[in-house]
Order: sequence, then C-alpha cells, then structure tokens
Amino acid sequence: MEHVIRFQPGKIHPQKFALWVGMAGIAMMFAALTSAYVVKQSAGNWLEFSFPNHFYFSTISIVLSSFALHKSFVDYKTGNESGYKWFLFIGFILGSAFVVLQYFGWTALYAMGVDLKGNASGGFFYLITGLHVIHVLGGIAALIVTMLNAFSLKYKVTEKRKLRFDLVVNYWHFVDILWVYLFIFLLVIK
Amino acid sequence: MANISIHEDDILINEQGFNDHFHEHHHGDKYKTNFLSHYVFSTDHKMISKQFLITGMFWAVVGAAFSVIFRLQLGFPEESLAWIKPLLGKWIVVDPSTGIGKLAPEFYYALVTMHGTVIVFFVLTAGLSGTFSNLLIPLQVGARDMASPFMNMLSYWFFFTAGVIMFYSLFISTGPFAGGWVAYPPLSALPQASSGSGTGMTLWLISLICFVISVVLGGINYITTVLNLRTKGMTMWRMPLSVWSFFITAIVGLLTFPVLASGFFMLIADRSLGTSFFLSDIFIAGQALDRVGGSPILYQHLFWFLGHPEVYIIILPAMGIVSEVMSVHVRKPIFGYRAMVYSLMTIAFMSCIVWAHHMFVSGINPFLSNFFSFFTILIAVPSSVKVFNWLTTLYGGNIRLNTPMLFTLGFVTLFISGGLTGVFMGNHVLDIQMHDTYFIVAHFHLVMGVAAFFGMFAGVYHWFPKMYSRFMNETLGKIHFWGTLICAYAIFWPQHYLGLAGVPRRYYSFDSFEAFKHFADMNKFITIFAIIAFFLQLLFLINFFYSIWHGKKMTNKNPWKSNTLEWTTPIEPTHGNWPGNLPVVHRWAYDYNKDDREYVMQHIPLKDGEVGDH
Repeated sequence: MEHVIRFQPGKIHPQKFALWVGMAGIAMMFAALTSAYVVKQSAGNWLEFSFPNHFYFSTISIVLSSFALHKSFVDYKTGNESGYKWFLFIGFILGSAFVVLQYFGWTALYAMGVDLKGNASGGFFYLITGLHVIHVLGGIAALIVTMLNAFSLKYKVTEKRKLRFDLVVNYWHFVDILWVYLFIFLLVIK
Repeated sequence: MANISIHEDDILINEQGFNDHFHEHHHGDKYKTNFLSHYVFSTDHKMISKQFLITGMFWAVVGAAFSVIFRLQLGFPEESLAWIKPLLGKWIVVDPSTGIGKLAPEFYYALVTMHGTVIVFFVLTAGLSGTFSNLLIPLQVGARDMASPFMNMLSYWFFFTAGVIMFYSLFISTGPFAGGWVAYPPLSALPQASSGSGTGMTLWLISLICFVISVVLGGINYITTVLNLRTKGMTMWRMPLSVWSFFITAIVGLLTFPVLASGFFMLIADRSLGTSFFLSDIFIAGQALDRVGGSPILYQHLFWFLGHPEVYIIILPAMGIVSEVMSVHVRKPIFGYRAMVYSLMTIAFMSCIVWAHHMFVSGINPFLSNFFSFFTILIAVPSSVKVFNWLTTLYGGNIRLNTPMLFTLGFVTLFISGGLTGVFMGNHVLDIQMHDTYFIVAHFHLVMGVAAFFGMFAGVYHWFPKMYSRFMNETLGKIHFWGTLICAYAIFWPQHYLGLAGVPRRYYSFDSFEAFKHFADMNKFITIFAIIAFFLQLLFLINFFYSIWHGKKMTNKNPWKSNTLEWTTPIEPTHGNWPGNLPVVHRWAYDYNKDDREYVMQHIPLKDGEVGDH
C-alpha cells in the first residue's frame, strides 16, 4: 500500500517500524522464557550440562550469514549485481546451515542423555532453541522469496524492492542477535 | 461559525488540506471490489472493524448464554433442566424415574470456564479493541488506512480461526475445557485430569495461540499507525483520548500477550512432549506420575503477567471511548486532558508490575506479597485521577442525555462501585478471607466486565452513524441502558454479601453446605436478573441489526457536532476515508464552547489572536 507511505519523508518507513514493533513482541516472548528459566533454576533441582560443539558452529554460521546478507544489501543498493546475488546466496546457505546444525546439536544433546522428559533444564533448552529455530525458519522463507526475486527478476533498484529487502535483512539480523543473546544466556546461566 | 455547513467543510479540507497524492495512484477500477474482497477478505479498516464487532457480538451471546445456564443451576438447583436437553444433549442428565433433568457437574465447570474465556478474550479484547481501534485510529488521526491493511486483515482472520476452533471444542464428546479460564496446571497439563482436559484443552490452547497472534498483529498496526501515519498538524498532544487509549492498550498487549504465548508453549510441551515445567509429584488414581521437578506456580506467574494487564487491555479502550463520548455530549473540553493521558500511561505501566496479587494464597513468598499489595493499591491513584476528571468534566456541562451519554455515565458509576472493592482485595491480608469468593466475582464483573461493556455500548451507539450512516433507535437504546444498569447492580451487588459471608465461587451447588444454604433466595434473585439482563441484550441486537438497514438516515456529516476528524469524512464511507486531500489539524480535539463558538473542529485554522493549544 504505497499510498500510506508517501507523506512524512525523512521519517522511518511505517512497515519497517511495524517490523520493529513486531520484533519487540517476539523479544518479549523470549524474555518470558528466559525469566521462567531463571526462576526455575533458582528453585534448585537443576541439571547442568555442557553443549555439544554444534551449537558453537551454528552460532558462527548465523553471525556470518548476517554479515553476508548485509553485504548483499549494500551491493544491491550500490549497483553491484553479482555481489548482491552471491552474498545473498551465501547468506542463505549459512542461514540454512544454522538450522541443520541446531538439529544435529539437539540429537547430540539427546545422545548425551539430556532429554525432554528428564530435568526441566533440558526441557527449557529444547523449548527455547526450538522456538528460536521456528523464527529462523520464518526468516529463511523470506530469504527464499528474496532469492527467487533476485534470480528471476531483472536487476533494478526500486524503492519498493529496496524496502522489501531491507525488511528481510532487518528481520534476519534480529533472529541473529536474538540467537547470540540466547546462546550467551544459556552458556552463562547453566 | 458555530455551524459550519458540509459544503464549507469540504472546501476547507480541499483548499487547506494535505495532498498525499493518494488519488493519483489509483486509476480506473483498481479499487473496485467484489463481494469477497469487500465483505469477507477486506483490507479496509472500517470493514474489519465491523467484522470484529459482529463476531464479538456472536461470542457475547454465546458467552452470556453460558452464564444464564449455570446461573439456572445456581438459582434453581431443584428445578428440572430437562427442557434444555435438546440444546445440551448428554450434559443434561435426566433421571429416568422422576424425569428431572440435572446439569452434569463437569459441564457446569466447562460453562464457567468458557464463559470466562469467551467474554474476556473474544468479546472484551477482540470485540472492543478490535472494533474501535480499527474504526477510529485511522479516522481520528487522519490516515487513509492502517500501516499494513493486509496484516490487519490477517489479524481478523486469526481471531476468526481462534473462534472456530473454540466453537468446535464445545461440541466434542468429552466437552470443552473445564479447568477455569486461567487454565492452571495440573488440570490443564494432564489430559487425563478431567474429561475436558483432553481434546477440549488441546483445542483451547490452539485457539488461544491463534488469538495471541491476532492481538499482536493488530497491535503492531495500531502502534505503527498512531506513530507514523498521523496527518499534518496532528501532534501526539492533539490526539483524542480515544486514540491515546487504543495506542497505550496496544503497547500493553504487545508486551504481555507474547508472555502468555510462552506459558502456553510450555504447557503444550508438558502435555505433549513429556516435559515437566509445571508438574511435580502428581498422583492420578493412586498412581504416581513420573513427572517431577516442575512448578505450577511458574505457570501462574506467566499467566498473570498477561492476565493482569489483560484486564487493563479491556478497560483502557473503554476509558478512552468514554472520555471522548462524554466530552462531545457534555459540550465541554475534557477536564485535565494531559492528566488523562498520564494516568492512562501510569495505569498501563503499573498493570505490568502487580500480577502476583492474583496469587496471594497460592504459595508465593509473603514478603513478595507486600510489594504487590503496595502497587496494586497504588493503582487506585491514577484510576481516581480519571474518575475525578470525568466528574469534573460533567460539572457545569450542557449534558445531552442520549443513549451514548447514558452508557458513559453508567460506565463511571460501575467503574467507581467496582473499583472501590479492588482496594479491599489488593490487600493481601484481607485477600486471605476474600479470595475465591463471590466478592471477587462481584468486583471484577462490575469494574472490568459490565463497565467495559458499557464503554463498548457507548461507543457503538455513538459511532454507529459513522459505521452504517444511520442511527440506532433512541427509545430502545434507553430501555437497554436502564434495564442493563439495574440488572448489573441487582446481579452483582448481592454477590458482595455472599462473598463476605465466605460463599466460594465456582461451586456447583450449595445445598449440602450448612453455612451457605440460607442464601438460596439470594441466588434465585440474582439468577432472575441475569435472565432479564440476557434478554435485554437481545433487544440491543435487534436494535443494532434493524438500524443497519432501517435506522434513521444520517443527513449531516457531523450529527453530534463533534470536533474529531472522523466526522469530516463523507456520510457514505469511501476507500481512503477522505475523497480529496487529507484534513490538516490545527488544534486539539476538545475545543467545545470555546470563546463564542459551540464547537470548533480540529481542522479549522486558528483565528487571529486565538490561543491554539490547551
């Protein structure tokens, strides 16, 4: 709906702002889960376990994917078509690798004996990381649409496409930062 | 200048208005709609608002019918209910020898649970916020539509889906969920705990997760529209109080509903994946379950972190509507505009830090209770600021006692009577005696149940002309008001006495309790008024639907002589709200009886030497 966008130039785009408001909502969900985690942990009867290495690699993967997508967005705006496409592709691969690594991380953790039915600390770990992956999958769906556009449409910098790409990249940075926060949280508060 | 004609008005907006190039974009039939895109999958905020309202009405009838049925059980425990068997089927158990039909106790709990769930979420959250935020935010801030009309449509359809799932759960053979609208574990976490805890609870959870998505999508739109799409000159401090209240409500909803979703996800994990977040040391049929280490209190924290702000999510829009409607019909500026806004903000903030007052007796640390008591009782201060401002707005006003105004006054009385008892229960010492009695039932029904309904009615009667270009019938409206007001007090006033006498809520029958037996007549009295109240609401529905097609036609764009921008739009609503330019705002929304003018609309420029803002 372009018509609502036109006035108040210089202000943040309403849809971008809407995305940020939505991110605040998602952040609240995870804030609730991590608070519940802290409360439950302080009540005692808490199993400590160390993470399989997969989770370290997945963290590196998603952080790198964010950088790749940022580079892709910059290249898109500055007219570097091949850089835009390549980095978009790399970002997508790294993002997908994150999900795959999380999955193998869970199976490794399960093999270590941390299961859903045991201590609540395991349950929390699977629930928090699982809900996060669901949000990442939303981002990956958006990336697939972005790639379809990038490779099927003729390269052109328009306000509308720039905005849509910007929204996707913003969301991706959000799930990335959210993961880094969650990962550090889970590492520190064991 | 007092009566600006329609003609002059249009000229003013077109000459001085703001051209956002809206009409340059749509050539030809781009906005031609068909039945499906106009009435069903509409992205027009005005249509979505009607969808929310009418769906809300459907649920209000269902929710109220539940209460009438369980009130029949409470008021007339000896009478046969065999006549409702065609409707309720196996939930009415007929004794073959006597022919007397009784309500099945497990279904009584299901009715109580569904009454709460449906009225709190579907009627007073979606029906109230959904209707009026959608209708009024774009119209009153001067926007063409919401920031994302598509997301707005999704918001309605998620709500609709939630409703379909909940409605379906009413008809399954094990019955809907019956563990109370708060869905505390273990009743909600163990499918084997009661008949409603199985499929009924699963459907309840899926339905409410859809509902949370609906609220969040709606809220994102409301917040963004208010912050980014106000027309030229519409500063935050010129917004009508209705828009302020919807805006603040949306923020509270956005921050708290996701927390509820977290609690629900944990509950789903407990139910389906075998985790033990909320379960510990449970014995079912003499068998110990292997689920250990969880804490049911944790769920209560998560639930009430939404659950308490939820009551403000319900009442804040009603307060905003009442402030706006009152000012229009008293023909006076609202008293203490900024104090009204600050008190809304204070209430909203404090609502998020008092949730544990719902848990005083469920085993939380008594020292923690002090903190929660203190802030709970402190909410009386911003609430009183609002009441004071409403009363002072009324003082010396030129009051038009029409139906919207009557409901506004009704809101204020109910909010006072219901609010005062909140101070009693906020005290965690008194709460030991009063919790889970009819005292609390009376308190919240008056303060956020009936009061919010009154705010909603005030809004419907007031903005009906904007929705359907016709008026509702005044006589029926007045009968509706007086009848409902009398019934509200007749139902809930006696319940305070029941509660003080210790009568517990949620009980199926009091016959076998020596201490409560003698309240049989009072219960009968309450039930009779509940039935009358129910039929009075049908009167409202008849009035509403009859008026859509046959009500008195609106001939003037601004029938109430109101100042806000929605009354500058054409009588027949159009896509994009204003046919030409957007109005530019020059003043706040409450210039009533200013200087020698009876009212001055927001888009009228200041005269030479006129002081603009309040």
